[in-house]
Amino acid sequence: MALVTDTLDPKQQGGRGRSAASRTRARSGGPRIGSHIFLLILVIYFITPIWWLSVASTKDTAGLFSGSGGPLWFDDEFHFFDNVQGLFDRQNGIYWRWLGNSFLYAISGGVGATVLAVLAGYGFAKYRFRGRGAFFGVLLGAVMVPLTALVIPTFVLLSEVGLVNTIWAVILPSLLSPFGVYLMRVFAQEAVPDELLDAARIDGAGELRTFFTIALPLLRPAIVTVLLLSVVGTWNNFFLPLAVLSDPLLLPVTVGLNGWTALSNAGSGGEALWNLITTGAFISIIPLIIAFLSLQKYWQGGLSLGSLK
Amino acid sequence: MATTTAPTSSHRAEAHQPVKHRPDRNYRRRQRWGWLFVAPFALIFLTFLVLPLVFAFRMSLFTSTLATGDRFVGFANYAKAFTDPLFLDGLLTVAKFGLIMIPAQMIVALIAALVLDNLATWASKFSRLMIFIPYAVPVVIGALMWGFLYSPRFGPASTVFALFGAEAPNFLAQDSIFGSLVNIVTWQWAGYYMIIIYAALRGIDPGIYEAAVLDGASDRQIATRIKVPMISSSLVMVVIFALIGTLQFFTEPQVLRGVAQGAIPTDYTPNMYAFSLAFSYSQFNYASAISFALGIVVFVFSFFFLFLTRKQSGLK
Repeated sequence: MALVTDTLDPKQQGGRGRSAASRTRARSGGPRIGSHIFLLILVIYFITPIWWLSVASTKDTAGLFSGSGGPLWFDDEFHFFDNVQGLFDRQNGIYWRWLGNSFLYAISGGVGATVLAVLAGYGFAKYRFRGRGAFFGVLLGAVMVPLTALVIPTFVLLSEVGLVNTIWAVILPSLLSPFGVYLMRVFAQEAVPDELLDAARIDGAGELRTFFTIALPLLRPAIVTVLLLSVVGTWNNFFLPLAVLSDPLLLPVTVGLNGWTALSNAGSGGEALWNLITTGAFISIIPLIIAFLSLQKYWQGGLSLGSLK
Repeated sequence: MATTTAPTSSHRAEAHQPVKHRPDRNYRRRQRWGWLFVAPFALIFLTFLVLPLVFAFRMSLFTSTLATGDRFVGFANYAKAFTDPLFLDGLLTVAKFGLIMIPAQMIVALIAALVLDNLATWASKFSRLMIFIPYAVPVVIGALMWGFLYSPRFGPASTVFALFGAEAPNFLAQDSIFGSLVNIVTWQWAGYYMIIIYAALRGIDPGIYEAAVLDGASDRQIATRIKVPMISSSLVMVVIFALIGTLQFFTEPQVLRGVAQGAIPTDYTPNMYAFSLAFSYSQFNYASAISFALGIVVFVFSFFFLFLTRKQSGLK
């Protein structure tokens, strides 16, 4: 409980100016050693697995089991590029195909879901059409429907229309994002003033033009947040592709690597893929980490949007 | 439109007439645009949410055997599900996970957010990002990594424990797999929840704290009496996320199953049970009933929770 160790000095509770000053000091970071130690422990906990993975990606299989530097440090030998070469050699570089599939699914599913969410969120926030309340109520209930409970029914449904084992079996269900619509509605309600829309209409702009020129720029922070959330959701998805895809060439990287792990765990025939799994896993987490680090400004505020009002 | 003060001169009344009527008609016509904006989403909503639900419900009312084909059995599959010890055990397992995992994630996230809110150093900004980073790691990869870390063959556990002269426990044994899974989920999601809570804390007007400091409140009092109550709606949302996630627990145990030989059965959670029924035993009708029953349980639990916390969340 590091946060409670440094209470304010009682002497400072006197004058108004002094307490305000002490407050400012707290915000700008005084000598709060206890808090920083606490944070250090948290950071070590959260970053160790990723550190381990990046170290492991530089080792060959023998190094993973009995490296000179131990599991958390580099070996004398540096095998990262050999491992990358191994990813190209194994089954004609199927790993890169998986990575490409993941990108395809995440981007098409994520962008599609975002476009639908922006349009619907704006529609719900700014128009009073018939059935609006009822539909939004159903949608709010749908946020609570566990999406994995839909996987098996969706599989059966898709197999009826012959879409199982195609890219559409992953992309189309990924377009569904009731939570994204909810976020957009909450945001659009506050960020897009009706007066501005009315002013555009009086100037003769049509509804679509008003939406594209007035509303869309104002919605940008929420758009980035919803886009990130839905891209991450599709990129992470495991249950759906596991159920609806069986062609190895269509798998996303998550399902593919899980298959390699199952193969290696079975252990028969000496399938020692461990170095490829760790390197493949390491490479696959880099794009999203970069995306999050470079888009900080947008999502850090945006994630709080969903707070119920 | 409501500001129609009684016009005094007939001239103004005349000018007022057309202004009053035309926007009304336009206004009503314009509202139909709402449907156009909502329509694309509504189409996906119907196709991939409503239709599968209806379909699953219909399927769950039938049984299918080679000998007799599809046969209507009413709610027999549900009667079977709610007396099926494998399904009930799975529900019990996720309930236990919920009782441990949700508080674990909430405590880590809330304390981290409160500490970060009091600091504005480069170190705190850096920590915030690092704590959040696991969210960007796919759940499968997170589970794989922890599987490696737990493994007595690869993992650092034996080295770390040897430092203290102790022997490392087997994290993948039957009686420790529960804690190992709780740890993976907490690692994966606490940072995400922390960001949501932190953003809510930053939204509080700091003037309130100054008043409290004047009244002699300590940092701990400010945290527990002012900050936490003021962000209760965000906390409710985070608990709902965690609750829905926990009840549909699937990926982590499914991935760890391979590493922890024998510690995790195929029916460990309801979702895993439904998955194996469908894809290992081709019992799609019964699997649909399990999925649907799980969906209902999740829905009822989250609804019940929202009802209990309606004061905190501001929903009426």
